[in-house]
Amino acid sequence: MQDSILISTSRDAAKVMNRSDLTRRLVARLKNEEAVVGGIGHTHFDLWAAGQRPQNFYMLGSMGLAAPIALGVAMAQPRRQVFALEGDGSLLMQLGALGTIAAVNPKNLAVIVWDNGAYQITGAQPTMTSTNVDLVAIARGAGLARSTWAKDEAHFEALVDFALKGDGPVFICARTDHQPPAGTTERDANKIRTRFMEGVLDGKSRA
Amino acid sequence: MAEEMAGRAGESWDEIVVRVLKGNEVKLVAYVPDKVLAPLIKRMQADSWFTVISPAREEEAVGIVTGAYMAGLRGIVLMQTSGFTTLANVLASLTVPCQIPLLMMISERGTIGDHQLGQAIVCRTMRPILETLGIEHFAIQRPEDVEFVTDRMIKQAYSTQAAAAMILSPLLTSRGKKSY
Repeated sequence: MQDSILISTSRDAAKVMNRSDLTRRLVARLKNEEAVVGGIGHTHFDLWAAGQRPQNFYMLGSMGLAAPIALGVAMAQPRRQVFALEGDGSLLMQLGALGTIAAVNPKNLAVIVWDNGAYQITGAQPTMTSTNVDLVAIARGAGLARSTWAKDEAHFEALVDFALKGDGPVFICARTDHQPPAGTTERDANKIRTRFMEGVLDGKSRA
Repeated sequence: MAEEMAGRAGESWDEIVVRVLKGNEVKLVAYVPDKVLAPLIKRMQADSWFTVISPAREEEAVGIVTGAYMAGLRGIVLMQTSGFTTLANVLASLTVPCQIPLLMMISERGTIGDHQLGQAIVCRTMRPILETLGIEHFAIQRPEDVEFVTDRMIKQAYSTQAAAAMILSPLLTSRGKKSY
């Protein structure tokens, strides 16, 4: 790895941070109508709470598909930077997606995983990351060379800036706590889709 | 695009499908392998018009094609019956409520002579899923219907913002063959 930002911190050495705070830090760095796909549950609740950008897509269902949906957006619009936000439990449902992203190799895609080691929204039952699974190791094994743990908030922000350079695909895993989300997304699926399309297609809601 | 709807003389079903997809600006193809679909997949891979990818699961393919559609790139998911039947959750929680004109082409396995027990049982769950979700579907049986049905179903999907399941019956794809 040539870029020093992609240091090999281990999961154990990574600081446990707050998902709402990190989401706000991410959104604050988005200046060019970057697309963000927020995965099911608290992940998209916090994306909503960080400000309802037109280029945000909030997933009310289809657990595990934040990265595939973001990959589709990235393939359709290679000049737009795209972020997928996903929880550890969700990603565990669709690990094959990491291999697909590596195969397609989109420079403009970053996958950010909030790893709190739990299915927080259903009662905080533990996920496999709390005991034996290292998602960064899996991402690397899937062929995503630019994969790393965020060791603290400053490093997370530096990793977002690295992703914004468009030299991806980038995979960022951040350990997070069990604090509740900062808000709740309005549950109107078609409105979410329409707004997102208008946000990335110059006001059009059909393609 | 030519107006004739009966297909051109000597064209195979997969040649017609390629022509119809091009006529409707469908460029992204996400497939999960199937023996019946193999000639179509091979034809698309050899044609630079298409971007062809092979995700690990059908559900993932639906996610990719949905994201691409929302960002302006039309696509289609190719799969066999057993793969389709893994999709109830994503269809019910993403495709239908978000009004995504998801194009699906499904090779129908498990019926009219398929020796695979698993395919046969799972096949019987396909239409109940489609009907419960209110998804337009049609099984194409005759070569002369391929162009008319696929072109019309694709156009209807985009004009009504609703998914379409184009089912390829063994009557279309396996007639004259001894087995699947």
